[in-house]
Amino acid sequence: MSGVRILVGTRKGAFTLTSDGKRERWDVSGPHFAGWEIYHVKGSPVSPDRLYASQSTGWHGQVIQRSDDGGKTWEAGGNQFVYDGVPGTHQWYDGTQHPWEFKRVWHLEPSLTDPDTVYAGVEDAALFRSVDGGQTWHELSGLREHPSGAKWQPGAGGMCLHTILLDPSHPERMYVAISAAGAFRSDDGGRTWKPINRGLRSPYIPDPTAEVGHCVHRIAMHPARPDVLFMQKHWDVMRSDDAGESWHEISGNLPTDFGFPIDVHAHEPDTVYVVPIKSDSEHFPPEGKLRVYRSRTGGNEWEALTRGLPQSDCYVNVLRDAMSVDKLDPCGVYFGTTGGQVYASADAGDTWTPIVHDLPAVLSVEVQTLP
Amino acid sequence: MICVVLPPHLRILARVDGDVELQVEGPVTQRTVLDALESRYPVLRGTIRDHVTQQRRAFLRFFACEQDLSHDPPDAPLPDAVARGEEPFYIIGAIAGG
Repeated sequence: MSGVRILVGTRKGAFTLTSDGKRERWDVSGPHFAGWEIYHVKGSPVSPDRLYASQSTGWHGQVIQRSDDGGKTWEAGGNQFVYDGVPGTHQWYDGTQHPWEFKRVWHLEPSLTDPDTVYAGVEDAALFRSVDGGQTWHELSGLREHPSGAKWQPGAGGMCLHTILLDPSHPERMYVAISAAGAFRSDDGGRTWKPINRGLRSPYIPDPTAEVGHCVHRIAMHPARPDVLFMQKHWDVMRSDDAGESWHEISGNLPTDFGFPIDVHAHEPDTVYVVPIKSDSEHFPPEGKLRVYRSRTGGNEWEALTRGLPQSDCYVNVLRDAMSVDKLDPCGVYFGTTGGQVYASADAGDTWTPIVHDLPAVLSVEVQTLP
Repeated sequence: MICVVLPPHLRILARVDGDVELQVEGPVTQRTVLDALESRYPVLRGTIRDHVTQQRRAFLRFFACEQDLSHDPPDAPLPDAVARGEEPFYIIGAIAGG
């Protein structure tokens, strides 16, 4: 019987949660890398036992870990992330120019075809690639060196490249998103990039429709329809039907359109999930009710999914990399909270059960569907 | 032999149990001790000092013989007692909350 493995990154270590295809009973393993911040763990789609983990602390900086046995054992890889050439400057909080400085890896995206190739999205915003299984890293500097780079600025969480999407239909096409610069697309394997932010409107920046400066929180894609993108922006849930060339709002009847994660059902490209959060000044669910919202119409019409989720006195957040779906039927949906819960739904969101209650604050959740 | 005491996270990362003893050729300084340490345990590169600038990471301190040596030049000689292996060179994680 097939099964699932959930890779959970937290403020104080990594955990793996495994179950068979019923997704009723779970084995919990961890903490791995106890005491370290694990921003992200993700497996290779072509070699699922090959995992990559981003491990960091303020004391010791960045470490990259790699497993070849599904997380049972790990080996440290290379941790030298050096910007190409003289990295130049970007805009700082006070409006002055500030040098690019590497801080940490937010997101690791393994190649769709080669287990030894993996991309890393880092803070300060840049994209790196390893083609030797994480031993050495080289910047795809065309992104950071885009002429708009000097205008990029950090959000409250830092100037991070947090989203990397690889287009399964166009091997040379990839998307990234940066807080607070916006979304970018490359059609030549990461050599050159263009901002794709037309249609975004951000009243909190001087020019609300500027080419860059938008705080994009997350982008999601269904692999069968890669030209359709869904975006959770700082405020607003957005959709593009033309590979990011233009965006239109699909917030519809959401109680609030602020939030962090967004994901797409594994078998229904128009079924989308978000977790509305009250506001950018109050990072918790409206009315103390933790609700996932699902649209089966590709946006605008949303239904609250509440069965099994706390509907009173709940003040956790769900961070941008902390939601994922499996490929089983029915599709499983998973998310983690800053309160240390990981919730699972084995019926596409209709009902939810906490797998674990008391982990450290969850930073990321990735799901592998195992044969 | 120079004795180096690592903070817990780095002991685990380097897979060492207890203190580390290093042979250092020539003058015994922060730089030569850290060079020898990183040569023995490459996984520690970048976790104590920056890969490129070689500057000490901000939340780490270097102590020995009841002195804070964190701000000493990297090529300054370490105390004789460290060089003779009578006192350890401590790499300490600063109190940094969370």
